Amino acid sequence: MAHICAFAEKMAAARRYRTMTEKLDFEYHKKGWFLESALTYCEAVEGLAEALQTTPLASRGLQGLREYLLAYVQSPAFRLLADEARRVKVGLAAVKYSLIIQTGRFSVRRYEQETDYSLEVEKTFARFKQGAAKDYRVNLYTGTGMNHIEAKILEFVVRLYPEPFAALDRFCERHADFMDATLLTFDREVQFYVAYLDYIAPLQEESGLPFCFPEMGEGRQVEARDAFDLALAENLRYEGAAVVLNDFELRGAERILVITGPNQGGKTTFARMFGQLHYLAALGLPVPARQARLALFDHLLTHFERQEDIRTLRGKLQDDVTRLYDLLQQASPRSIFLFNEIFSSTTLKDALFLSRKIMTRLLELDVLGVWVTFLDELAAFNEKTVSMVSTVVPENPAERTFKIVRRPADGLAYALSLAEKHRLTRTHILERIRP
Amino acid sequence: MNVFLLYPDRNFDPQTPLPPNAEDLTQDLALETLWQAMAQGDKFLFETARLVTLSGSQEMEVIRYRQEILQDCLKNPATVRALYQIPIEAIENKQRCWLGIFSHYPAGILSSAVEMLEMLVGLLHRLRQIADEHAAEFESPGFRRFFAMIQQELDDTCFAEMEAHLRQLRFREGVLLSAELGPGNEGTNYVLRKPNTPDGLMKHLLSRKSPTYSFTLHPRDDHGARALGELRDRGVNLVANAAAQSADHIDGFLTLLRRELAFYIGALNLHEQLAALGHPIAIPQLHPVEERRHTYRGLYDVCLALTMRKRVVANDGDADGKDLMLITGANQGGKSTFLRSIGLAQVMMQAGLFVPAEEFAANLCRGLFTHYRREEDASMKSGKLDEELKRMSDIVNHLRPNALVLFNESFAATNEREGAEIARQVVDALLERHIKVVFVTHQYELARGYHERRAPNVLFLRAERQPDGSRTYRVRPGDPLPTSHGEDVYRKVFGKEG
Repeated sequence: MAHICAFAEKMAAARRYRTMTEKLDFEYHKKGWFLESALTYCEAVEGLAEALQTTPLASRGLQGLREYLLAYVQSPAFRLLADEARRVKVGLAAVKYSLIIQTGRFSVRRYEQETDYSLEVEKTFARFKQGAAKDYRVNLYTGTGMNHIEAKILEFVVRLYPEPFAALDRFCERHADFMDATLLTFDREVQFYVAYLDYIAPLQEESGLPFCFPEMGEGRQVEARDAFDLALAENLRYEGAAVVLNDFELRGAERILVITGPNQGGKTTFARMFGQLHYLAALGLPVPARQARLALFDHLLTHFERQEDIRTLRGKLQDDVTRLYDLLQQASPRSIFLFNEIFSSTTLKDALFLSRKIMTRLLELDVLGVWVTFLDELAAFNEKTVSMVSTVVPENPAERTFKIVRRPADGLAYALSLAEKHRLTRTHILERIRP
Repeated sequence: MNVFLLYPDRNFDPQTPLPPNAEDLTQDLALETLWQAMAQGDKFLFETARLVTLSGSQEMEVIRYRQEILQDCLKNPATVRALYQIPIEAIENKQRCWLGIFSHYPAGILSSAVEMLEMLVGLLHRLRQIADEHAAEFESPGFRRFFAMIQQELDDTCFAEMEAHLRQLRFREGVLLSAELGPGNEGTNYVLRKPNTPDGLMKHLLSRKSPTYSFTLHPRDDHGARALGELRDRGVNLVANAAAQSADHIDGFLTLLRRELAFYIGALNLHEQLAALGHPIAIPQLHPVEERRHTYRGLYDVCLALTMRKRVVANDGDADGKDLMLITGANQGGKSTFLRSIGLAQVMMQAGLFVPAEEFAANLCRGLFTHYRREEDASMKSGKLDEELKRMSDIVNHLRPNALVLFNESFAATNEREGAEIARQVVDALLERHIKVVFVTHQYELARGYHERRAPNVLFLRAERQPDGSRTYRVRPGDPLPTSHGEDVYRKVFGKEG
């Protein structure tokens, strides 16, 4: 993996230099970058060849690549390219010249061991420096590029030192097309695998989490075992914590998972996970679960609570209802939806009224989905809804297990235990704020 | 030399850390809208408005000092803007010298440093001229002190001295550099060299026998001259440094002046826009933090007014002697807007600004805090209620008696009974610690609890709703009701079919 990444980086640089030469105006500037491109390319190819030689490979694809690469690196054409490029570079690097700049005029000569004048200048003006004065020394731009003055200087340098440039000319003529087409294709295609594997590799290796290729179907029967939220797992990995694995299943007439239970119990994560599994599966990637059967879908519709926005000039409730209306317009029986705590900005009575209306519409549409809510009444809506509850450690209600299990809603939100945890009961606050 | 236009005894330090609640305040009170109105597209005005409003003062003396200066500004806007032009021109000229074509090149810095000193002296002359002509029209102690100082202390002989130095420091001879070829045959490793002739003179070096190729630029080849300058710069970097530091002295003073005046320019901008929209402003009456005062007539949400660009609903009210204002009522009924107007007025008052009202009097507070509902926690670790409680706990860490806390639909991310219980415990404790609270809630449970207690220090307000379901967006004294009229909204969006 690391070798492929190093290869890809160098190849990118080599290609960049190569493309750059096409846009450059001055002959030896162009040729200089052409040489850099060739040098970088040689490094990339040799580096990968050497690495693959000592790496045990299982896949036929990469074994084939190794064989090809080793033959290529030893070919006389490639050897000639690499050796000559390095020889020419050494010759150019040895050139040292002097530049005399006057107003509107400059001269170029061979360097003749003149002494460093900056040190003397610095000494002369040191007395004007103040203690904490701002430093006005400019961090001079040293990026690439050449203007016509620099080109003119280079022209003079070529006249002063003709030999190394003649060698460069010969090199450019001989190796006009040095990049191998097969290696270029490999470089491009391997990126997709590299990116996804890069992301999930530490989760598999460090955190020991399961991934699988899901079974996909048109049916409305879905299930997953030991599934998890990829993004949360990644975050927890940095903290060295383990993500909790959860299962879900919708069978027969069941369509909607209604999640209730204590806050901070993993309900939102569960909804996100359900959506993620389907989304990743649709991309053809292995999903974060031990085993899964998932549904194909046309739209994945989500409504997670948003912040109030002054610019819409509408109340939050109307925003919510309008967004839901828009979502329902897009939905078909092949859609999947995720709702998270909608209608929490209104009274209990209104929230229930609105939720029942929306639920009825969803069930008529026969969509699949997850609805996170604190309204226990929704959990037992009818035979198409399945109640799942986030659970707590029985002996300590403030501690969550992050397990979401199939079970009737029990109406305990444990909110006060949370307040206790944050030291926000009346007694706590009085202790915390000094009179 | 000191500016002292924001504090009677010190300069404003833009590095002062903002209070811990700054981010919440910005978001919850939509303060960016206010700053944008003050800035009128100017980043510096925006930043100054942001810093000064967020770090409002808690001292009556400081706020009065600013109020008096502000009144001078409102009376003499042209003079104040002319004054502000001085540092602006310095900045602009400086940007032309520093950040223009030559800004990245020491030779440019070197030659423009002299130019800049000349320019600065010119501006300082103008500053004194304004002081001489207009000082008498200003009444505030702040401006009187400022103008007196300009007239006494401003002396340009020191600049003349510096100029003499700079003339000597100019690097008149051509430069000699050595160089090598880097990637792409581009020149690299430039080192300034001393000609190794006995007298160190370039002409003697050039007359020596060694293959030399010379090139003279076409007189109109500006691009080439610039390119040549870039190379030359590699030798004069340190010289330029010394020259530029000499100019910093005056520049530092003008930067201070710009920073402090910028706040009042922002106020003038804001005033002009509000006046154009027909909105009133008032210089608020200040009351000490220990008192409980809140009397307002025609109080409006300045950010909403600026967003809608027309007249918005204003409220009248009297909450003198009240520790808790509890606001209930219809969804979209103007509760949040009213709460924001209270918060904005407090922020503006403590910054020394006018407030968006016809009349306004209130006690100062020892810190303004907002606790609003937020969207899902981005770090994914907390549930919503947990996140709210965590923020509340952070607020409690910074609370002191006589602070002001604004709650908007807090603790509603759980069922109503439990949410109300948490809210009640928090509010009770805050009141007991003499913290003033304004609480907007649709939770009938919470409001009902306080209503049944009939405490004299609680004021109940309600967003008005007409019998036909329409809203006036006014917030009036009124007892809490058990519904927020969600059905109205549903029917409006889904139509009769729902």
